Amino acid sequence: MIDYDKILNSKIKEMKPSGIRKFFDIAQEMEGVISLGVGEPDFKTPWIIRQEAIGTLEKGKTCYTANAGLLELREEISAYFQRKIHTHYDPKSEIIVTVGGSEGIDLCIRCLVEAGDEVLVVEPSFVCYKPIVSICGGVPVVIETKEENEFRLTAEELREKITDKTKLLVLPYPNNPTGAIMRREDLEEIAQVLKETDIMVVSDEIYCELTYGGQHCSIAEIEGMRERTIVINGFSKSFAMTGWRLGFLGGPREIVSQMLKLHQYAIMSSPTTSQYAAAKGLRCCDKDVEKMRNEYDQRRRFVVDGFNKIGLDCFTPQGAFYVFPCIKSTGLSSAEFCEKLVYSKKVAVVPGDAFGECGEGYIRVSYAYSLNHLREALKRIEEFLGDLKNGNIQ
Amino acid sequence: MEQLIKLLKNNARISNAELAVLLGRTEEQVAAQIAELELNGTIKGYSAIVDEDKYNPNSVNALIEVKVTPQSQSGFDEIANTIAGYDEVESVRLMSGGYDIIVSVNGSNIRDISQFVSQRLATIDAVQSTATHFVLKTYKDNGILISGDEIDERGLVSP
Repeated sequence: MIDYDKILNSKIKEMKPSGIRKFFDIAQEMEGVISLGVGEPDFKTPWIIRQEAIGTLEKGKTCYTANAGLLELREEISAYFQRKIHTHYDPKSEIIVTVGGSEGIDLCIRCLVEAGDEVLVVEPSFVCYKPIVSICGGVPVVIETKEENEFRLTAEELREKITDKTKLLVLPYPNNPTGAIMRREDLEEIAQVLKETDIMVVSDEIYCELTYGGQHCSIAEIEGMRERTIVINGFSKSFAMTGWRLGFLGGPREIVSQMLKLHQYAIMSSPTTSQYAAAKGLRCCDKDVEKMRNEYDQRRRFVVDGFNKIGLDCFTPQGAFYVFPCIKSTGLSSAEFCEKLVYSKKVAVVPGDAFGECGEGYIRVSYAYSLNHLREALKRIEEFLGDLKNGNIQ
Repeated sequence: MEQLIKLLKNNARISNAELAVLLGRTEEQVAAQIAELELNGTIKGYSAIVDEDKYNPNSVNALIEVKVTPQSQSGFDEIANTIAGYDEVESVRLMSGGYDIIVSVNGSNIRDISQFVSQRLATIDAVQSTATHFVLKTYKDNGILISGDEIDERGLVSP
């Protein structure tokens, strides 16, 4: 009998499963649960994109593409970068089409991080950064952001954590789970600190289209930062294309050419049908993206107002489709709050500490749901808070 | 204004307080804008979208194509207004294409509809011919899904 325990990579064995997984299992087993826990759009992919995919399938366009992705798509991505973040990336040498934004993150970290390197990870944030750093033998160094700073990264917090070993900063804005954004002036202060170093930035901008009340700004736009930044983006959130698994990255050619080797050995090329469809999306779907953003924006105001009214303080996020209300007033931990809520009122939300320890005391609420759904969920949460106060919930 | 109209079309019973939150305006501003839209006739009224199969399963809805001879003075307007004046008529629209006017009619049974066509519609001098189509099932009405909600295929929780 093989002793698999001896065979398996110890770094993989040590990797903790995502905190969300455990909660998912609880919610999944119950009937009649309404969820505010999903990190993907409730909209369908715009029809014109789906139609393009069907068309290319009918024509039998089903071969591998170039490793870096269809050139026609990379050209559209280059134009998109120019349009959105006013930064030029050469379609032939500075852009890779990846399998979701996730592959882009994985590529960046694996191509840059070696044993002993320190990687600054801003938290609360998406769950994948730290595990990938650890697999590479790197050391994740968490920078905790605070509600009083609207969960933005400040120059002082950054400076405190930089050492001689710091290789990389993961900058995840607009942020999942807090909905925080970094404004141009915030990014300029960060850039000021970084320009004195050789630290590279992985800027995860997957939610960039979901910025409210102003334009998204990328750190790559700040003077002197393009050469230190790899921008990660994708189609999942902005074009409601999560299942198509398609993302992209842009960065300096010296790094991108090395990443391409890894991408080519691990992936070969991203899904062909998705690539044709996404190119169409970039050409024709600005209106659809705007329509979805407007709907999210209304729901954002609705949910923030709702939480504040029922007595859970909630800062007003300006990005993504999450709010991050504080539940400290209930005296419960995030995990306790979420478990009691799902058991007593059948509403699933995600504990804030699933996104880093500093998320303790908060819950992540997604508003990628219809207004009626949000209204019902808020009503149940209000009842839950009433029951807690009256001691009806143990 | 576009967003306000869209929200009202989707749910006319939504409160001004909720509209104010959704649109990022004050309740007073919302109330004033709705009052103006009502006054200038942009908003004609508010009605419930009813699933007739549930409310009155025996009722019948028909769409009637009508070919008419336009009048020298008023064109189609006078005839269309005459048809619109009948109580059982739900909607009247002037159309391009193979016929001129489409009329939607509700009745409690097929006999009601046939009487309407033969006694009210066909007797109008300018009406040349009619073609009556009975509605078998309504899937969507005024932007609202009638037969069943869409199923959310997403999992309950994801990162």
